[in-house]
Amino acid sequence: MVNNMIKNTLSEIELERLFQEKIDAEQKIEPKDWMPDAYRQNLIRQMSQHAHSEVIGMQPEGNWITRAPSLRRKAVLLSKVQDEAGHGLYLYSATETLGISRAQMIEALQTGTAKYASIFNYPTQTWGDMGAIGWLVDGAAICNQVSLQRTSYGPYARSMIRICKEESFHQRQGYQIMIELAHGTPAQKAMAQDSLNRFYWPSLMMFGPHDSESAHSARSMKWKIKRETNDDLRQKFIDQTVSQITFLGLEHPDKDLVWNEKREQYDSGELDWDEFYSVINGNGHCNRQRIQHHVKAHEDGAWVREATAAYNRKKELKQTVDAA
Amino acid sequence: MTTEKLELFEVFVRPKRGLDHKHVGSLHAQGREQALEYARDVYTRRTEGISIWVVKSQDISASQEDDNESFFDPSDDKPYRHATYYPLPKEITTM
Amino acid sequence: MTQSTQNKVDSKQDLINYVVRLGDDAIVLGHRISEWVSEGPFLEEDIALGNVALDYIGRARMLYGYAATLSDDGKTEDDFAFLRDERQFENYLINELPRGDFAYTITRQLLVDLYNKYYLLALTKSADPTLVAIAQKARKETTYHCRRSTSWTLRLGDGTTESKQRMQLAIDDIWGYSHELFESDALEQRLIDTGVAVDCAALKQPWLTDVKAIFEEAGLNIPQQDWAVRGGRKGYHSEHLGHLLTQMQFVYRSFPGANW
Repeated sequence: MVNNMIKNTLSEIELERLFQEKIDAEQKIEPKDWMPDAYRQNLIRQMSQHAHSEVIGMQPEGNWITRAPSLRRKAVLLSKVQDEAGHGLYLYSATETLGISRAQMIEALQTGTAKYASIFNYPTQTWGDMGAIGWLVDGAAICNQVSLQRTSYGPYARSMIRICKEESFHQRQGYQIMIELAHGTPAQKAMAQDSLNRFYWPSLMMFGPHDSESAHSARSMKWKIKRETNDDLRQKFIDQTVSQITFLGLEHPDKDLVWNEKREQYDSGELDWDEFYSVINGNGHCNRQRIQHHVKAHEDGAWVREATAAYNRKKELKQTVDAA
Repeated sequence: MTTEKLELFEVFVRPKRGLDHKHVGSLHAQGREQALEYARDVYTRRTEGISIWVVKSQDISASQEDDNESFFDPSDDKPYRHATYYPLPKEITTM
Repeated sequence: MTQSTQNKVDSKQDLINYVVRLGDDAIVLGHRISEWVSEGPFLEEDIALGNVALDYIGRARMLYGYAATLSDDGKTEDDFAFLRDERQFENYLINELPRGDFAYTITRQLLVDLYNKYYLLALTKSADPTLVAIAQKARKETTYHCRRSTSWTLRLGDGTTESKQRMQLAIDDIWGYSHELFESDALEQRLIDTGVAVDCAALKQPWLTDVKAIFEEAGLNIPQQDWAVRGGRKGYHSEHLGHLLTQMQFVYRSFPGANW
């Protein structure tokens, strides 16, 4: 009680200083801790966007479960997509610790006030896209998530650790699909090249705008919500992908790619940001479809949720009557 | 896929025999039974456990961070509760 | 060829055909349940349905894999799934019906899961050791499936007026496909005689007792007016199966001889 009274008399500025000290000392912030409102809002935005991306991300791959070209691939793809539902769920529950309900988050998604990764606005047209998505899209996501295992908010960091552990198979199964295709018949190899060409650049854009353009970057770094900048993570991904493309024997989609001796990194061609923003702003092939799909599943399921609630009420009532 | 009609449950999993149940996350379900079934599907897809507990989130009472000083600091000055407080004579090699 | 080697060849072919049709049941139903991905009423249920679908696809792989081993002619599990046509598939019709709404899926699962509960138990007593091993693994999964479909049936039957209506509608639409689950053809009869196959006629009574008890508790009814559609085991299918196979087989067939 006395402590509470002392705390309550602390000024907002003092509280924020203590908060920043914790962060600087690499201590995790936990749900009941004092935190600046902007930190909370920033996390809600980023974590719910991350959760929505997992959930919307089920659709482009779900699109191929019924067409997978072998029973083994069918099982692998299904379990991967199912994992994504699980990851969405881990992230929703971690975000709920910040005082927002899943229902509110879903509503924000469905009304367009919350975003999901724009990569899922691209259509999946061939089986090769299952390879490219697992390898490149999950690969880019993992780069980001590995870094987020050290994020300052405890529940977020813990769900990232769990997700990274499970996702390591996602990228590998994707790359394995690419290996089979690239080393298969000429038609399969062409399929692999086509998928690589379509998904390479959008994958790079998953890291977000350049640091100089990123609205949330600086403060997120100070609060250690983000641990590495967009450009650093993107560079890491570009560098590690080069030898993977070479091994496949496919052509690299970036014609301007050259090794920079001095930086010991690759210099790469400029990304087409106009296209990126165009897709984000509604001109992707699947923007409307993804949200409509989500809304329809939600509405189709309304009677199920109502029925379970009604059933439970009846059961509880019966228990009270029996007890009386 | 909103869950406005469902309850929030916390999930605890015992990873293997001899270890404690550990908090792994939460989920939405209607009633304990369904919560248990979903916990199995959501949190043990890779045989991460041999036993699951689910508890309604609202049934958990948590200590407050603000109370930490009164809660936990008093045990700071009781080193005599730890074995390392009692040095053994050199001659005694195991105890 | 002597009479006895001829018999041996025939009985091996019988066994292959039997194993393949059990595989057909599993893959067709697994495919249907997998159509629920990202369509579930909420996220937790999406994941749960995914697990059930994975169980069935896994079951199909074990069965087709066994058929491939028995055939010993270079065929793989995938050849059975992807290279046979509608007329060659011998799954029970109930498995191929479209996924419908959630009530329809739950009703089908209840009838099939309870059927499998008894079928797999009987199959663990088969004279064929591989089938015994497959049945033992599948039984554990089915125990869990039964729990799910039973509690969902109770919930939806005794939930709201709408959920009860939807359940009853689904039962009325599916019931007529349940009869052939308990009928054996000549092939199965020969394998029943050698102790390999399950005599499914014997499962009807215990199955019906279970179904009646659950329906009664849920306030649902077995349709008054009975009807029956048959033909799955003869490859005589509804029009739905062809579309399912078209989708499932298209990539595999477009690239003959390719590896994936």
